[in-house]
Amino acid sequence: MQIERLGDGVLVVRVSGPWKIGKELPSADEVKNEIEKNASVPAVAFDAQKLTAWDSGLLTFLIALINFAAEKKIDVRRDGLPEGVQSLLKLASAVPEQKVAAKAPRAFFLARVGGAAMDYGKATVNTVGFIGEITLGLLKMFTGSAKLRWADLILTIQECGPQALPIVSLISILVGLILAFVGSIQLKMFGAQIYIADLVGIAMVRAMGAIMAGIIMAGRTGASYAARIGTMQVNEEIDALRTAGIPPVEFLVLPRVIALALMMPLLTLYADLMGIIGGMFVGVVGFDMGLREYMNETKSALTLTNVWIGVFSGFVYGIIIAVAGCLRGMQCGRSASSVGDATTSAVVTSIVSIIIATAIITVLCNVLNI
Amino acid sequence: MQGRRLPRPQLKGTMEEIVKQKEPHIVVKDLTMAYGEKLIQRDLNFTVNHGDIFIIMGGSGCGKSTLLRHLIGLQEPAKGTVCYGGKDFWASGLDEREKFLRTFGILYQSGALWSSMTLAENIGLLLEQYTELSASKIREIAALKLSLVGLAGFEDYYPSEISGGMKKRAGLARAMALDPEILFFDEPSAGLDPISSRLLDDLILELRDSLGSTIVVVTHELASIFAIGNNSVFLDGATKTMIASGDPKIMLEECKDPTVHAFLTRSSLDKVTT
Repeated sequence: MQIERLGDGVLVVRVSGPWKIGKELPSADEVKNEIEKNASVPAVAFDAQKLTAWDSGLLTFLIALINFAAEKKIDVRRDGLPEGVQSLLKLASAVPEQKVAAKAPRAFFLARVGGAAMDYGKATVNTVGFIGEITLGLLKMFTGSAKLRWADLILTIQECGPQALPIVSLISILVGLILAFVGSIQLKMFGAQIYIADLVGIAMVRAMGAIMAGIIMAGRTGASYAARIGTMQVNEEIDALRTAGIPPVEFLVLPRVIALALMMPLLTLYADLMGIIGGMFVGVVGFDMGLREYMNETKSALTLTNVWIGVFSGFVYGIIIAVAGCLRGMQCGRSASSVGDATTSAVVTSIVSIIIATAIITVLCNVLNI
Repeated sequence: MQGRRLPRPQLKGTMEEIVKQKEPHIVVKDLTMAYGEKLIQRDLNFTVNHGDIFIIMGGSGCGKSTLLRHLIGLQEPAKGTVCYGGKDFWASGLDEREKFLRTFGILYQSGALWSSMTLAENIGLLLEQYTELSASKIREIAALKLSLVGLAGFEDYYPSEISGGMKKRAGLARAMALDPEILFFDEPSAGLDPISSRLLDDLILELRDSLGSTIVVVTHELASIFAIGNNSVFLDGATKTMIASGDPKIMLEECKDPTVHAFLTRSSLDKVTT
């Protein structure tokens, strides 16, 4: 690039060689500096006779220059440029102003806090409404007028019950193992290894079995509910249900809530058993306890109350996971990314709610001396 | 700004049919649509008569599909009324609304077939919902509806196993499941090749003539608009209201509004205004 000044003050920019993206291109600043140095530049002209090739690299350079010239009220003579460049420049500047609604200016801090708080309020009302709809659906089911297909319910039960057994087995056995190992280090100091059985048994049955099953199901089933229903929302399938006179809550949500509420207590019992087996493995193999000895110790440590508390927790978690998954699915927007958000949110909501529910149940049991 | 009312086209058929055709089926009055505080369209007034093929047209994003959602009871109007056969949809109780829904058949833009069910089950669910027919009879009807749209033998296919065009046709079969009085189509030719789209137009005309259904179509496909439409409303995204209504062919000749003219002649807006 060469910059030349003609007798009448007109600045001629001579561009030569290939001007393509990816090559070292001169910057528009050079020309700008040249203009600033000379107080009176009436116009900028171009000479492109030696230009061999060009693409957007040249265009961005020219647009930067033209915008700068417009600011300084300097005339730009484009006739020295190749025809293609001229017409593209014309097109770039001729785009009609889109009638875009001006974005609301960023609100005052307190207003934003207030807005966020009100959004939370709305979300709470939404959630309560959703739970209410499910309850009404359940009542309708008992009177036989709910629009729910038993075949769907059985399929859902199969998906969230038997098909979850392998992963629940693996995780529960490992949790039992971990509890036994961690406990044994302390208990061994007192020569009280036999109490590993008590520790593992009570911990698994009263809390850990239900919590582990809940967390697995939140990741496995809750997420799948949110994704499934969210995708149906994107596909207008939910709208199609509504216009067919079938309430989506009765048709989609009810079977899922019932299935998980029925299956989670059973999965909890199963997880308890697997956890105890995991602990037993450590006790028998690692600490030379007898199999029968371990079993007797577990049996004497456990009470039926412990089992009931675990099963009840499982039931509560089941409802939480199903409601959270379905709620996030129903709230899903109309794009692929919102399905992802719904799934993430479903898992997070479920796990947080499970932990909170555990805390409440534990405190209540303490207060009631159970 | 009020939409200009254009003269109705010549009516065909026997006297009795003409009387029926003239009867208003859907009446929209002072309808304002909004999402929260965001206004979509305001002051919409139009009437769809029995046996009309009514086109909702306008540029992309002007609220055509939103208007359809209002007509099929998925979204409540911010203001104004939507009446079917003289009865206000949104003022009716839930049971009554369900009765209205029973008379609608809707073809969604993406087909919206329920993906966990086979095609026969998709059609069957509606019949189960509204009739007391036996399972075998339901399947028979489902097979019939599928054969009407050229999908005979596909009863046990899942939506994921068929092509996009077939999904659309299956969606149409589902929309026709209950022999509806009003059929709604959301962009029926979107994603179809010109031949399929032409066949669909023919099918729509066939349905109107044989079943006497009223048909409401959301589209911006010019060929379809002129081929099938005999009444229409034109929504404008800039002024957020309707700027013309009536028979599209007459609208093309008589409407002086530059936006409408540019739309219907597929020309550039600048050339019309300058």
